[in-house]
Amino acid sequence: MNKKLQAVFDQAKLENRAALIGYMPAGFPNLEFSKRIIAAMVDGGVDIVEVGFPYSDPVMDGAVIQQAAEIALQNKTSLQDVFEVVNSVDVPALVMTYWNPIERAGVANFVAGLAKSGGVGVITPDLTIEESAEWISATKENEIGRVYVVAPSSSDERLPKVVDACSGFVYAASLMGVTGARTAVSGAAQQLVERVRKHTNLPVAVGLGVSTREQAAQVAQYADGVIVGSAFIKLVLEAADEKDALERVKVLASELAQGVRGK
Amino acid sequence: MERTEILGHFGQFGGRFVPEALIAALEELEAAHVAAKLDPDFQNELAELHRTYTGRPSIITEAKRFAQHAGNATILLKREDLNHTGSHKINNVLGQALLTKRMGKKRIIAETGAGQHGVASATAAALLGLECVVYMGEEDTKRQALNVARMKLLGASVVPVTTGSRTLKDAINEAMRDWVTNVESTHYLLGTVAGPHPFPTMVRDFHRIIGVEAREQVLNLMGRLPDAVLACVGGGSNAIGIFHPFIDDVGVRLIGLEAGGSGVETGKHAATIVGGSPGVLHGTRSYVLQDENGQTVESHSISAGLDYPGVGPEHAYLHEIGRAEYRAITDDQAMHAFALLSKTEGIIPAIETAHALAGALQVGNELGSEAILLINLSGRGDKDVKTAANYFGIPL
Ligand SMILES: Cc1ncc(COP(=O)(O)O)c(C=O)c1O
Repeated sequence: MNKKLQAVFDQAKLENRAALIGYMPAGFPNLEFSKRIIAAMVDGGVDIVEVGFPYSDPVMDGAVIQQAAEIALQNKTSLQDVFEVVNSVDVPALVMTYWNPIERAGVANFVAGLAKSGGVGVITPDLTIEESAEWISATKENEIGRVYVVAPSSSDERLPKVVDACSGFVYAASLMGVTGARTAVSGAAQQLVERVRKHTNLPVAVGLGVSTREQAAQVAQYADGVIVGSAFIKLVLEAADEKDALERVKVLASELAQGVRGK
Repeated sequence: MERTEILGHFGQFGGRFVPEALIAALEELEAAHVAAKLDPDFQNELAELHRTYTGRPSIITEAKRFAQHAGNATILLKREDLNHTGSHKINNVLGQALLTKRMGKKRIIAETGAGQHGVASATAAALLGLECVVYMGEEDTKRQALNVARMKLLGASVVPVTTGSRTLKDAINEAMRDWVTNVESTHYLLGTVAGPHPFPTMVRDFHRIIGVEAREQVLNLMGRLPDAVLACVGGGSNAIGIFHPFIDDVGVRLIGLEAGGSGVETGKHAATIVGGSPGVLHGTRSYVLQDENGQTVESHSISAGLDYPGVGPEHAYLHEIGRAEYRAITDDQAMHAFALLSKTEGIIPAIETAHALAGALQVGNELGSEAILLINLSGRGDKDVKTAANYFGIPL
C-alpha cells in the first residue's frame, strides 16, 4: 500500500467523511490546460486525482470520456505527457489506463516512470487477476498501489480474489455499464461495498455515474471514496472559454467536497 | 510440436482482458460451450440445422481454368460461399445462437464489418426468435449498404457507429459497451476468433466443420492430403476453421493471407501479423496494429471484412511457433484474383476471399503442377458488386 494514498483515506476517516476522487484525462483539451483543470479540481477540494491515459479503444467508457479521449489523442498525448501531468498534481495522483499502453511501454518501464513522477497507483479497468502476475510483482517493488475494479456481477467466489489483488483501494463499479453521469446512483453500489468489506480493510471507493453533491453525500454514507469523472469533463466540453471551464470545475469540486462531508 | 490451450491461452497469446463486469458472463458462456460440446442433443440439433438450413456439407469445386494462372497446380475450392447467407459466418452464428437459447437469453448483439456476420446473425435471430441488434461502423454501412438493408429486412436493428475510425474495431467497442450494460439479458455473438476467452476457442470449434469436411473430401477426391491450405485472415475465423483439422498433418502447409491494402510498407494496410506487433486489443493478447504508445492504428483495406487491426490469438500462436505462414495481399492483387476467378470459373468471390485466391496464384506458381492447394472460398461476392464496379470502372 502506498503511504501517501493511505494517509488521505486515514485523514478522511478522522474527519468522518469520504475522500473525493476526481478523474481527468491527460492532454484534454490540451496538455497544459489539463494540468490547470486538475489544479482547479484540487483547489475546489478533490483529495485524490486519477489522471487518465487516453486510449483509442475505451470499451469501459461512455460518450463523454470517449470524446475527451479522442481530443487528447488528436493532441498526440503520450506516456511521457501522462507522467508529466501526474508530476504536476499537488495531491496523490494515480493513473487510470487500459492495459495495452502499459504492456507497450513495458511493465517495468511503466512502473519506474510512474514512481519517478510521484504517482501513487494505477487503476486498470481491463486487467483481470488471471493476467496480473508480472504486474503484481512489478508494482510491489515500487510501492505503486494496484486498483482493480469490482462489479455487481462479481461472484462471491471471485470477489475475494480480486480484492486480494488490490493494494491501493478497491474500485467498486456502482452499476453494470460504462462511465457517464446518471440521474441516480444505482442501489447495487451499497450492497457491493458491503460485500467487499467482508474481505478487506482497504478503502473502498465507488465510481460510475456519480455527478452531483447529493449523490456524493449519499455514496459517502457507506463508501470511503467517491469517484467523479464524466461530470467534470462535461463542464470542460461545455465551457465558453478556459476561464469559464476552470471556474465551473472548481465550483463542482467544492460542491462535491461538501457532499462527501455529508453536507 | 506442443500446442497449449490452458485457460484460454495459446502460448503467450489469448486470455482475458476485460472489465470485471463481464467475467461472470464469460464464465457462463464457457460453461455452456463446454457442456454443449459434450451434449449429443446439442450436437445433433446443430448438425440437423446445418443439413437442412445451412446446406452442409459444402462442396469442393476444382478450379481448372483458374489453375492455369496458378502454375497448373490442382486448385480445390471449399465452397463456403454456397452456405445460406453466402459465407462461412453462418457456422459460428447458428452455434452461438443455439447456445444463447440454452443460456436462457433472448437478445443477441453483434458487430459487423462487411455485413456478412451481421446478416448471418440477423438470420439466426429470425430463425430462433431472438431480438437482434447489429453494430456497424458508419463507414462500413456506406460501403456495404446492401447488407444493411438485408439485416433490416430480416428484422434486426442496425446501429451505425460514429466513433473512432467508424469501422469494425469501433463496432466491436460499441458492442462491448452494450454487453457490459445489458449482460444479463444479452449474448454478444462475436463474429470471429478474437475477443476474450472463450470466444477464440468456441468460434473455432463452430468453424472446424469446414476443415473436417474438406480434409475428408480432398482425401476421397485426390487420394492424399493437400500440400497447402490457404485462407484469408481478417479476425481469422474462416482460416482457423479450415486450418485446425490439418494442424497435426505436418506435411500440409497452412497459409493465411492478410489484407495488405496499399502495401504493408505504406502503412495503409490491415496485415496484423505481417505488419503488426504483440499487444492487447478487444480482450485478448495477440498481434495488433499499434503505435509506440500502444494506441490502435487504423487499418486500411478495400475489403470491409478484413479491415481490422487485430487478429485471433491462435493465429498469433501458429505464427510464433512456425506452424502457419502469413502473407500480405494488396488491394490490387486481391482485385486481380477477384476478376480472374469470376472470368475463369464463373464464381464471383467476396473481396475478402479474393485475398486467399491471390495467395493461391502465388503459391501455385511457387509449387508447380504437382501441387494440390485447398482454398477456403469463404464467401460470395454479391455484396461487393458496387465496390468492384467502382474499382474496375464499370458504370452502375
Ligand atoms: C466472406 C468473408 N470472408 C472472410 C471474412 C473475414 O473474417 P474471418 O477472418 O474471421 O474469417 C469475412 C468477414 O466479414 C467475410 O465476410
